[in-house]
This record gives sequence, structure tokens and C-alpha cells, in this order.
Amino acid sequence: MAREIGDVVLKMEGISLSFGGVKALTNISFDVREHEIRSIIGPNGAGKSSMLNVINGVYHPQEGQVTFRGEVRRDMEPHKAAKQGIARTFQNIALFKGMSVLDNIMTGRNLKMTCNLFQHALHWGAARKEEIEHRRKVEEVIDFLEIQSIRKTPVGRLPYGLQKRVELGRALAAEPSLLLLDEPMAGMNVEEKQDMCRFILDVNDQFGTTIVLIEHDMGVVMDISDRVVVLDYGKKIGDGEPDEVKNNPDVISAYLGTSH
Amino acid sequence: MLYREAGQFKASYEADQQIFPILQDRVGVLLLIGFFALAVPLFADQYWLKAILIPVLIFSLAAIGLNILTGYAGQLSLGSAAFMAVGAFGAYNFMLRIDGMPFLVAILLGGLCAAAVGVLFGLPSLRIKGFYLAVATLAAQFFIVWALVKIEWFSNYSSSGVITAQEIEILGFAFDGPVSKYLLTLFVVVVMALLAKNMVRSTTGRMWMAVRDMDVAAEVIGIRLMRTKLTAFAVSSFYCGVAGALYAYTYIGTVEPEGFNLDLSFKILFMIIIGGVGSIMGSFLGAAFIVLLPIALDVTVPVLLGDLVSASFVSNLQLIVFGGLIVFFLIVEPHGLARLWQIGKEKLRLWPFPH
Repeated sequence: MAREIGDVVLKMEGISLSFGGVKALTNISFDVREHEIRSIIGPNGAGKSSMLNVINGVYHPQEGQVTFRGEVRRDMEPHKAAKQGIARTFQNIALFKGMSVLDNIMTGRNLKMTCNLFQHALHWGAARKEEIEHRRKVEEVIDFLEIQSIRKTPVGRLPYGLQKRVELGRALAAEPSLLLLDEPMAGMNVEEKQDMCRFILDVNDQFGTTIVLIEHDMGVVMDISDRVVVLDYGKKIGDGEPDEVKNNPDVISAYLGTSH
Repeated sequence: MLYREAGQFKASYEADQQIFPILQDRVGVLLLIGFFALAVPLFADQYWLKAILIPVLIFSLAAIGLNILTGYAGQLSLGSAAFMAVGAFGAYNFMLRIDGMPFLVAILLGGLCAAAVGVLFGLPSLRIKGFYLAVATLAAQFFIVWALVKIEWFSNYSSSGVITAQEIEILGFAFDGPVSKYLLTLFVVVVMALLAKNMVRSTTGRMWMAVRDMDVAAEVIGIRLMRTKLTAFAVSSFYCGVAGALYAYTYIGTVEPEGFNLDLSFKILFMIIIGGVGSIMGSFLGAAFIVLLPIALDVTVPVLLGDLVSASFVSNLQLIVFGGLIVFFLIVEPHGLARLWQIGKEKLRLWPFPH
């Protein structure tokens, strides 16, 4: 692979998050380097999705700090994270059901559009130019994900696998520098998984996007990740390159399972 | 056969993003506007203009307002009539208190007053959703009507808050007959409907719909919920406010705050449910349907059933039919008449070879 892994861009230090008496995350630290694919794995309820929610500001941890591109913070609003270049997809598809594929992906570009309500109402001059300019960008994303034929279809009518792809498209439209993917391959068949893997690798390779990935399919995780974090009951039990993690006894007993 | 897209290829994104991308739609809309602007004033009689066409247009505008808030931005509101009242009383006071106030500016200022009030009563939407928000807007409905009666300054100290709309004059031309009032209403409504259509098909509209469909995801891609919801409240109330001003000036003439009661709010809500939630065209269809249905029943039922039924039965029948229709639409076609029209269009595109 031509890409080069760079410096640390995202650093999580001593993150603890609890909901009332439930401790979702306990004192977790790890980092993500530029251009890498970093996976988070662990059994159900280990706190993987909570971790992503902390990164992009949906949850606010009680302790610890997040450093993204030199900026230190504990919590923030999600739209500010989006402004910093963090985009994500959700475990349960969170598309805008009433809108077409095209409109869904267009909303991904909202931060880059500067026209105001009155310009939109007149739809003349700058607003019109802006709309067309961004449509061109969105069409590039549509081409990249090979979903040209469904661009005008309401997303509610699409099969599950395609909806996942559209959701990736919406995140890509924002041209993020850090992309958080929450189980992008859950519930897919083998071919759909292969397609999705290809897209993830291409995004990483062509656009240089740093990717944090949650996934349960160990084959996929071990194949495409550069480094893997393992969580169990909100605690970190392993961290390192795929081979290292695979042979870590704690990880095996907590998650991968042993043959008896 | 006539409604075919075949052969209409779009070679640029510009062509693909027109307000009406299909040629037949463009021609149709132009013909429709031409018909209502030129043919109708020539042939329609006073009754049609005053009792049917003007109210249909005004309610369409109010329904567009509510549709922006409820249909596009997903915030349920029961305060539309109150925002109409703010628009009517606002325009009245601007006309009354500022000498030489141009009429069109006055109704726009009335709309802006309604927008400001709308934003104020929209603030709870940042914390509460659905039915609870509807109840909060219900507070607006009762409070505003009460305030307009109670604070006599608003109605220039007339008894029980009744106001009589001033004469309309634009550039020296007096709009005093039904035809001129109808044309004025038509002009305002058509322009505002086109602006609304533009809003909902651009980023503003997409942000509203994003908040409606999945607010967490919307926030994560950078949409600010507070600003988006309040914009929807402002624009929606502005539309309702202008509709209210027109209601006072071109339709009723003499209005009182009690005229803008909860019944009217519900009526507007029914218009968008029957016409189509989340559709500008549906607002027109719904308004026309709700205004015309009672008239149609009044005319047809006595003819069909003759002496079998009394007049009071006919008026009760209206309520029964309304209730039945609303239940029907909620169950069978939640997207209303606009959706039926769209399905019809899709069928026509394939007809007569459906496979």
C-alpha cells in the first residue's frame, strides 16, 4: 500500500463514561494515527459504540480527555465535531427515510454550503451555483460507491445493504479527515461485505481518510486493520497489531474463544 | 400517453435540478396560473370569487406555513390560527399607525411579527417533541387570542378586539372589488408558494427534513438543531402571518381575535393531513378540499336525498364525513391527496404498457 501512516491525530486519555450506576467505559486510553485503519472490537455491550459517541461528542465522558489534531477537550457538541472533520455512520442505519439517496448525500455537504435562507428561497445566482457545484461533488461520491442507478430513489425503499452504502456516502460527502464506522458490515452477506471492504480500503487509500472501525467479523477486522483495540466490559484488554491481538490470551478468553 | 418523460434527457445538473424537471409539469403549472389569473376573473361570479377562490388561496398559504413546520421540519403545531391572528393584527396596526404605509409592506411586516412570536413559542421545541410540543403550541393558541382581546391597544381600543381592515390601495389603485382582491391574493400566494418550493428543495429544506427524520444523525453531520428548528418556526409563522393578514384584508374585512380560534388551527391541520404532509402542492389540494367539501355536500345531499333529510342533518353530515375522511387518510394514505396524485402520475408514465 502506498499510503504512509503518520503522526497521532486522535488521542483518548483516561476516558471514563457512566450512565447512573452503569459504567460504560472505564479509564480507556488509545490513539489513532493519520491514515490508519483502527478497529475497535469486543463482545456485545463492551462499550464500542459508546467510544465512538465520545469521539464525536454525542456522549460526554465524566473523566479523561480527547485530543483531536492538537485540540484538547473532554466533551463537545456533535456539530462541532463535524466541523472539525469527523464524520460517522451508525450501527442501526440512521438515514433520513423520507428523502432520496441524492438528498441524503447532499445533506452531508451542509457544512460546506454557505448560502442563507433568503438566497435559497429565491434560488437564483449564488444559491443556484452552489447547489450545482455541490451536486457535482455528490455525484463523485455516488460514482465512487456505484449507486448511480438509485440516486432518485427514496432511501426507505432500498435494501439494507444499499442503505448502509448510502449512509457511508453521506459521511463521505462531508470529506472527513476522520471517519467513524459503526459496524458497517453487520447483517450483510459475503458479497456485500466484500464490496464494503473494498470501499473502506479505497476511501483510506485514495482520500487518505483515517478510519476508526467497529466490526464483529474477525476475518474482516484482522485483514484490513492496521491496529486493533479490544474492549470488554468497558475496559481495554488488548491493543496492537492484528497478529498481536489474535494471540493475546485475555482477548482469546474474552472474545475470540478457545477450542476445548 | 401525453404524460411522458421519454426523450427528455438531462444533460446538466442544472437541467436536472429545475423546480419542475418534467416539461409537462412546467407547461401545466403555467397553464394553471394563466387560467386562474386571466380566465377566472373574466368568468367567475362574485360568489365564487368571494366565498370560494379567495379563501382557498388564503388557507393554502396558511397550510403551506403549517406544512413547512409539521410536514418538513416535523414539529407538530396547533397554533397556526394564533400566528394568523398576529399577522392580521400586526398588519392592521402598521397600516393604522404609520401614515402612507404601503399595503404589501404592511402584510410583510405583519408576517414578520408572526415570525417573531413563532420563534418565541418555538423555543420549547428544543426540549420537547411530538404531542408535548403540540400542547406547548396550544398554549400559544390560547395566550395570543387572549392577549389580543385583553390588550386593547392592538385593536385600537375597539370593543372585544374587533378590527375593520382599512381600504387597500397600491400605487394609487384601489383594490375594492372582488376581482381585484382575488388577483392580489393570487399574486401573493403564488409568489410565496414558489419561494416555499425553492426553500424546501435546497439546503434549508434538506436540513428541515433531516431534523424531522433523524435528529441525532442530523446533528452528527453538522446540522444545528436549535437553529434549524427555530428557522422552521420563523418561516412557518411568517407564512401563517401573511395568510392571516390576507384573511383580514381581502377575505373577511372585519375580524376579531376569537375568529382565529383552535377550530381554525385544527382546520389547517386537517388540510395538510388530507392534502399531503410534506408537500407544497398538497397544501393547495387540502385547502381546496376542506373549503369545497361542505359546499359540495350542501348542494348535492338535498338533491340526492330530497326531503328525506333536514338541514341540520346536512350540517351534521359534514362533521361525519370530515371525521371519516381524516381517519381514512391517516390509515390508508398518510401522505394525502398529493401522494395519490403522484401515484397517478407514476402510473401515467407507464400507461398503457405497465411492464
